[in-house]
Amino acid sequence: MTLHTVNKSPYLSQCLADCLDRVSAGDSIVLIEDGVYGINCATSETLSALNKAIAQLMTLGVQFCALRPDIEARGLQTTSANCPFNLLSDGDFVDLVCEADKVLSWY
Amino acid sequence: MKFTIVILGPPYTDQAAETAFRFAQAVLEKKHHIYRLFFYHDGVHNASSLLSLPQDEIQPSQRWRQLIDQYQLEAVVCIASALRRGVLNETEAKRFAKPGNNLMPGFELSGLGDLIDAAQHSDRLITFGPSS
Repeated sequence: MTLHTVNKSPYLSQCLADCLDRVSAGDSIVLIEDGVYGINCATSETLSALNKAIAQLMTLGVQFCALRPDIEARGLQTTSANCPFNLLSDGDFVDLVCEADKVLSWY
Repeated sequence: MKFTIVILGPPYTDQAAETAFRFAQAVLEKKHHIYRLFFYHDGVHNASSLLSLPQDEIQPSQRWRQLIDQYQLEAVVCIASALRRGVLNETEAKRFAKPGNNLMPGFELSGLGDLIDAAQHSDRLITFGPSS
């Protein structure tokens, strides 16, 4: 399993879209820094193309996560029931990196 | 598990160095090892001892130094990136006839070979890229 990190907002950058184009079944994606704005994918019409890609990748067993400290620092709402992202502490992030074979950073 | 952490972002411009620091702390708290910290591109600015901040603010290079000292970490600063950006140790300052040096104690200047070596000898290598 490869772990992908994405550190840029999907509103400003192709990072997340490029990442989604290239993940394999069973991989994990962690949104970090401004990348956490990507958690809006589930609800934002602007990001509906990403939303569809994420829904499809979830059926292939791709795991979607976001760093909780970065979400809280930006005051983002994470209460949505259809938010597909698991929230990670920094320690959880380390555990996930250990589970992965390698890390690919999208920036 | 042995980690190598590559830091490509400078302090302040973006969050990369801050995330890398938090990640390094979490790695050490989980009792893993850090094989090497590698500061590359604009990340070399984290190794400048001349950063001068108000006392009540986070001191980026001091904070790295404390972590390096506490856990006896190896912190390598890419020499080619550093020289271009004015981060010099005593030897390089003399070699280029510069009026002073500013590499924070605890950090060392070395080449990209150390990054290749780290990739070979670490279980995990993670890169924290800049935002621009």
